[in-house]
Amino acid sequence: MSCFIEFKSVTKKYGEIVALSDTNLKVIKGEILTIIGPNGSGKTTLLKIMAGIDRPNSGEFYFDDVKVDSNKFNEIRSRSTMVFQKTALFTTSVYNNLTYGLKLRGYPKDKIKEKVAEALKMVRLDGYENRPAKKLSGGEQQRVSLARALVLETELLILDEPTANLDPKNVSIIEETISQVNKEKKTTIVMATHNIFQAQTLADRFAILLDGQIVEVGSTKEILGIQSKYLASFARLENIFRGNSRVSYNGTSIIEIGDGLDIEATEKRSGRVNLQIRPEDILISSKDIISSARNTFKGRVVEISDLGSSVRLRIDIGKEIIAQITKTSFLEMQINIGTEVHLTFKASSVILF
Amino acid sequence: MSFEILEGLFEALNLIFSGNPTLYDITTRSILISGTATLLSVVWGAPLAIILGLRKFRGKTIIKSLFNALLGVPTVALGLILYLLLSRSGPLGFLDILYAPIGIIIGQAILITPITVSFITSAIESVDPEIRDLARTLGASETRASISVVEESSSGFLLAIIASFNRAIAELGVALMVGGNIKGITRVLTTTIALETSRGEVVLAIALTIILLSIVIVVSFLINFIQRRRG
Repeated sequence: MSCFIEFKSVTKKYGEIVALSDTNLKVIKGEILTIIGPNGSGKTTLLKIMAGIDRPNSGEFYFDDVKVDSNKFNEIRSRSTMVFQKTALFTTSVYNNLTYGLKLRGYPKDKIKEKVAEALKMVRLDGYENRPAKKLSGGEQQRVSLARALVLETELLILDEPTANLDPKNVSIIEETISQVNKEKKTTIVMATHNIFQAQTLADRFAILLDGQIVEVGSTKEILGIQSKYLASFARLENIFRGNSRVSYNGTSIIEIGDGLDIEATEKRSGRVNLQIRPEDILISSKDIISSARNTFKGRVVEISDLGSSVRLRIDIGKEIIAQITKTSFLEMQINIGTEVHLTFKASSVILF
Repeated sequence: MSFEILEGLFEALNLIFSGNPTLYDITTRSILISGTATLLSVVWGAPLAIILGLRKFRGKTIIKSLFNALLGVPTVALGLILYLLLSRSGPLGFLDILYAPIGIIIGQAILITPITVSFITSAIESVDPEIRDLARTLGASETRASISVVEESSSGFLLAIIASFNRAIAELGVALMVGGNIKGITRVLTTTIALETSRGEVVLAIALTIILLSIVIVVSFLINFIQRRRG
């Protein structure tokens, strides 16, 4: 396994604020590495340095075994590209957005046309060439951003939370594309995410970034297997809780996650565990319902995020939990901030790690 | 009274649609003079605005504040200063451009430079900061990334040019004091409107006002249309 990117004691400060402090990291050629960390942990800074957009204050950064110094930044920019969390688009057509990097690289016109069509097909936006990019939906815009990066076929693809705040349909298209590119074109991918399921499905390795430092690196299996003490501590990671588990008389696990909340899971485990529930697996009702699901809670909606065809609710049940429902259900149930709702999910939807 | 206004309006429209050569002459001269003044202000104002919009340096805020302060400079004040400078006994009298179209062009260009500079600067500054990073990550050099930021500000850039042109064509002070309102040479829309009104020739004044307003409105609509098409 050859090391493609290496950070040695990299530090980056913005004025008084230390974004990265003495960070060490290796990226292996051809892998998908996810960087997991709470907001403000330095993920974006790390990725921007890797992409040659930002420069470290101290430390060493190697790209394909070559030390990157000030005269190498332009070169690494031509060998890597980054997709930002906040979709950035040029105010022009989808086609012109995709051709920007190709024109800089001096591709002939007919080749450009062919490559653009191919990249748009990958993100399932074939035929969108002439559409004004900024008039597309949020999810489609992010897919254009991804296609604009893919069209360049760089050796390194850097993704900064590419699916944050997108609806499930767009998320799955983006995830499939990422996986496809890695498999077919052997592109090395470094991706920051909040979504542990996404990391689990896509990544070969995890790196946990806390307060500007990589605190743990390992294969997906290792990190999830060792019940990382850091993983559950991220407040912003979705629906991850940590607690003591005991096996109940009917063979399930009961996990006390604090604040008087017990969650039941089908998998048998005892001792300290981490658990996560997919926001899509949580059923929301206005009244308590009788069902076969083992977990029911009552809470109040504290935050509502519109994702287009679906809506994400942050609900306070003693701890905050996120549920995702369709826009239609959201409108029919007339949910507002402060609305009291009941949450139901099956014991089999609770994943222990 | 209201009947007289209506009658004046009717006659004015008649004058416009009959293709009156005086109207045509004054309108063309106005557009040419103010258009050239706008071009001049862009030629010397845009490079400065681009530097102000893209770079960070000491004294930048002071320069920006100065141009902002000059946005509302009274046209008569500027007209008087230019008159004193350009008159035969003034320090720039040797240029011999007082009471000539070139004098109005330069005067109007100076008048609208603060608009050109301030508006273009803020158009560039309001471009999403991610655009520069985006250009860089797609392989652009620092210079190419800066060009992309300026390109991205083109709507605001165009708006700055239009606002400058509209201010130039609608101003009276400079055209009157530097141009002197000489028939057939320096007589423009605003100076003629003022003169004809004071002489009691309301019909011609109304006709010219309609033309002046139409130019301002049509130009603004045109820009709006272009912006929409760009998406």
